[in-house]
Amino acid sequence: MIAYLDNSATTPVLDSVKDIVVKTMISDYGNPSSMHGKGLDAERYIKEARAILAKILKAEENEILFTSGGTEANNLALIGAAMANRRAGKHLITSSIEHASVRNVMNYLEEEGFSVTFLPVDSNGLLDPKRVADAVREDTILVSTMYVNNEIGTVEPIEEIAAQIKKKKPEVLFHVDAIQAFGKYRIYPKRMGIDLLSVSGHKIHGPKGSGFLYIRSGVKVRPMLLGGGQQKGIRSGTENVPAIAGLGCAAREAYRDFEQKQEQLYALKARFIEEIRQLEGVQIHGDLGEQSAPHIVSVGFAGIRSEVLLHALEERGIFVSAGSACASNKPAVSATLKGIGVKKEYLDSTIRFSFSVFTTEEEILYCLSVLKELLDGLRRYTRK
Amino acid sequence: MALKAFLIKYGEIGIKGKNRYLFEDALLSQIRFALRDVEGKFSVSKEQGRIYVEAQGEYDYEETIAALKRVFGIVGICPVLQIEDKGFEDLAEQILDYIRQIDPDPARTFKVHARRARKNYPMDSMTINCELGERILREFPKMRVDVHQPQFNLYVEIRKQIHIYSETIPGCGGMPVGTNGKAMLLLSGGIDSPVAGWMVAKRGVQIEATYFHAPPYTSERAKQKVVDLAVLVARYAGPIRLHIVNFTDIQLYIYDQCPHEELTIIMRRYMMRIAERIAKESNALGLITGESIGQVASQTIQSLYATNEVCKMPVFRPVIGFDKLEIIEIAKKIQTYETSIQPFEDCCTIFVAKHPVTKPSLKVIQRSEEKLQEKIEAMVDLAVSGREIVVCK
Repeated sequence: MIAYLDNSATTPVLDSVKDIVVKTMISDYGNPSSMHGKGLDAERYIKEARAILAKILKAEENEILFTSGGTEANNLALIGAAMANRRAGKHLITSSIEHASVRNVMNYLEEEGFSVTFLPVDSNGLLDPKRVADAVREDTILVSTMYVNNEIGTVEPIEEIAAQIKKKKPEVLFHVDAIQAFGKYRIYPKRMGIDLLSVSGHKIHGPKGSGFLYIRSGVKVRPMLLGGGQQKGIRSGTENVPAIAGLGCAAREAYRDFEQKQEQLYALKARFIEEIRQLEGVQIHGDLGEQSAPHIVSVGFAGIRSEVLLHALEERGIFVSAGSACASNKPAVSATLKGIGVKKEYLDSTIRFSFSVFTTEEEILYCLSVLKELLDGLRRYTRK
Repeated sequence: MALKAFLIKYGEIGIKGKNRYLFEDALLSQIRFALRDVEGKFSVSKEQGRIYVEAQGEYDYEETIAALKRVFGIVGICPVLQIEDKGFEDLAEQILDYIRQIDPDPARTFKVHARRARKNYPMDSMTINCELGERILREFPKMRVDVHQPQFNLYVEIRKQIHIYSETIPGCGGMPVGTNGKAMLLLSGGIDSPVAGWMVAKRGVQIEATYFHAPPYTSERAKQKVVDLAVLVARYAGPIRLHIVNFTDIQLYIYDQCPHEELTIIMRRYMMRIAERIAKESNALGLITGESIGQVASQTIQSLYATNEVCKMPVFRPVIGFDKLEIIEIAKKIQTYETSIQPFEDCCTIFVAKHPVTKPSLKVIQRSEEKLQEKIEAMVDLAVSGREIVVCK
């Protein structure tokens, strides 16, 4: 049996996504900037995707900017907004448990002369909106935080953070990394006070290399890619039509029967957590029930190195992540787990299980039964 | 200058007496192997005690040189200008042209080395040397003859065609792979073992390799890394058969039965035993390891003594006296370093004790191994027979 429980790393594309990707590669392959009919055909796919995304976010179509994925969206949001607004101030605020594509960009901006405040989180990974507001200074231009933490599933109090910081200083821009949240929550940037929002396609059954940045109209962002002036000059380069069309299609599907899907995911998660609690020597990080994301469960297994457990599960057809998949090529301690004060014995022993709407209860039960079988054996063999 | 031919100089193999043709043929086949992915078509031939590589039509010069520099047995690579024999006047003009192309205003000391392989050429070597020298002196007044330590050596060989060359690009030396039997390399994912394999291959030895895989404690990526390393070494050594042995059960059995601080030594003794068995099956006559005295606990003299004791075959340890930095230098030169330093755990480190024995006593180790008697033979049999074989090239 195969149980793919690594949906926060990436997801398989939907058939409908595959079809539209193939179609835009094989028959409707025009360059959207071309003046002839082939160009127009291609442009229609972009328009349609834009319309779908704008509708989902209750935003304007011209507020959607397509990128090569979440990393580019985060880079453009932070560097673009920081550079465009640096005359207003050079102070940025973020949390200490951000994804590398925010954290490393912040580090870069620090080297470029900005000052950055990294705010701590509580033991569940939650930011305190008051503390965020307290950190806002006269020269603060941007606050960036994630919507859903990619490693433990914590959902940050986005609306409250927005309200608090805007109360203190209305001009401060608020960027939200929604890469793990889009498709799982209804997100309305304007109502929630979000100025910039990053989304990735391959986390929601869309193609890799797809994503977008929502930029509230009126927010200035300095382009990072210069060239032919596509996408209003903010992101030059021929639009990746297959990726964009696929992203639009995946987003539409993600929000179809949304409530039912969310319920289904929470039921799976609850079941999984209930069973896993029965095991000895386990610790669930950021265990907040329905206040955390429906698709991510982070579990520490005392006395077992996560890499070994990961490979042992893999031998049985179960695919998971150790910490965060994007960081697991280089064994480094996870900033999130450190940030929430996970005990030393669990730091190198944490596995992330992440589900999708295609995950079945059968897969979860299979995973649990394999875990029960493996844990004792693996605990016997350790470094002494 | 569009040079289409290369004269291949080989040193040591020239002195091998009656076996010489074996060495030359091995060198030819290694050259062909090295050139197989280079852009262009080549003929590789042996004539009158010389090996020539000739490009047929367009080819990539840089790639060709890089490939030839990886062939063991080549001492020097000389890009050759081949011209038709249209009389001495024409030859002299062409040679002046050749020099001009290298340096429009040459001011070096030089010597002409003419060789008349085709004896019906009207002038003898000495006369050719003198006549050409005179023409050169007349044409390039800043040049001077120096027959002892010339800065510029001009070689002119009268064959069916006339060959002109002056530059010798150093090759990597050694002997052609396949001329010195076969040995089995214990290949881990580290820096040392690929270098050790390369060094032995350099002496003409064909290499096979054994890797110990311990899933789930070591990952598929660690295994892929070893395959990648074997492919990199194969660029020099020719195709390498890599034997991938699943070592998990043996390792856990040792863990269960033996004192923990002896785990690494006992494990390595079993690795040697298994490698030797596979070596025998492959008709290899020696083992190769990347051990270097004192580098880690399992490489002290006492540890080496204890691990060496289990094999009858000679164990070659070409980096035994090298410092880590010296090994790294070679690893960088042969381009295995970047792959070696990828951070995947290998099976030697997963259960390593905090304080492993550094001076194991053979008697003690042997006594510990007695505790394995019940199952170990069957486990070794299974590991050997169940191994996976990948040809890396």
